[in-house]
Amino acid sequence: MHLDHPVTMPQRHTHSAEPLSADGTRRALRVGLGGPVGSGKTASVAALCRTLRESWSIAVVTNDIYTREDAEYLLREAVLPPERITAVETGACPHTAIRDDISANLEAVEHLEETLHPLDLVLVESGGDNLTATFSKGLVDVQVFVIDVSSGDDIPRKGGPGITTADLLLVNKTDLAPHVGADLATMADDAKRQRGDLPVIFTSLTSDDGIREVADWVTAHLTEWHAKAAV
Amino acid sequence: MSRAALLLLADGRFPAGGHAHSGGVEAAIAHQAVHDTDSLEAFCRGRLHTTGLTMAGLAAAAAAGVDPLLLDDAADARTPAPALRAVARRLGRQMMRAARATFPSEDLERLAAERPQGAHQPLVLGLAARAAGLTPLDAAHAAAYENAGGPATAAVRLLSLDPLDASGLLARLSSETDAVATAAAQAADRVAAEGIDALPSASSPLLDITGEQHAAWSVRLFAS
Repeated sequence: MHLDHPVTMPQRHTHSAEPLSADGTRRALRVGLGGPVGSGKTASVAALCRTLRESWSIAVVTNDIYTREDAEYLLREAVLPPERITAVETGACPHTAIRDDISANLEAVEHLEETLHPLDLVLVESGGDNLTATFSKGLVDVQVFVIDVSSGDDIPRKGGPGITTADLLLVNKTDLAPHVGADLATMADDAKRQRGDLPVIFTSLTSDDGIREVADWVTAHLTEWHAKAAV
Repeated sequence: MSRAALLLLADGRFPAGGHAHSGGVEAAIAHQAVHDTDSLEAFCRGRLHTTGLTMAGLAAAAAAGVDPLLLDDAADARTPAPALRAVARRLGRQMMRAARATFPSEDLERLAAERPQGAHQPLVLGLAARAAGLTPLDAAHAAAYENAGGPATAAVRLLSLDPLDASGLLARLSSETDAVATAAAQAADRVAAEGIDALPSASSPLLDITGEQHAAWSVRLFAS
């Protein structure tokens, strides 16, 4: 049996699990978006920004394989002003930067929080990676794993930490299912088997308001986060 | 001292941000100065005896208890390229976060308060070593080893080199790494009598130039 320290986290320097910063102010909710290359992570971030930016103060950290590619897409699409988007270099190891050594990402998040205070939401987008890539709980509060139907409808069955443990599994590009022979019902069954009660959303981000359900999920977490910080 | 603490501090898995930096080897590969194991070994050897010696001296002096603010100025003076100064401070901030959580100490807290934007990484490494009960020579070893080990690991990723060749290369540099660490620790020992100028100030102008150029690339895999 694991026993905690008598004092809760006597040396806490990351302040990442608490809704309040060291100085007592509320910090932003941090949402990680991970998943394979081309599944629609950047498109999800862009759509979330467009949907939520009128209601919440948002910033984005991108972890490109090659730096700035995703950040520049977000700038080009003008989903947020440039000072709200930061790119982090990952030394050819995107999963290391979000899981094993999160210091550069934490720096980026904290810098955004300082310069844009008060922020409500920071979206941390990982570089495209494999099915085992997950975010450290020291970096994000909740994480979304983004896959798409065209990469193979056996991906939920294969599982892996991203599929099985992410707080939300987003299955994108459902409009392509008939063209690539993907069986959405099988994908849903497999996801249910891998994830139990954890939520799964099937969508096509290219459709009108395709991000709606995801935005609602993020909003629910934001509301809960605010309630926690206000106690 | 705890030998295990030194291993922890010098481990490439210590979460202090180093994995995203190539120590200049990404730029050297782009210029084809590094293209195989032999040229990588030459690069690592050159870096070890220049930047590595200088950084090891700063780390040893910090571990010996020399005023870190003086050392921070000395590090600036030894880092002429603005891009590399910025990198050293950024890595110093990241090392500070890891060090404060791993080896808490008043020295680290004080420096963090005095340099909120980050002190040069070798000083923070030195103070972390001091907090862990390690010697100035230990701190110099960690700094010197990291100076050759960082680029070697980065080159394995960038050139798809055989990782066994890279570890063989680092093994061949072992005695030189020890010698650099010893020279750095001896210099740090002379600071009390001779002042801060006793510390090594070896530099590699090509690393400064290509480091500055690399910072302006729009597409790169490593932060430096």
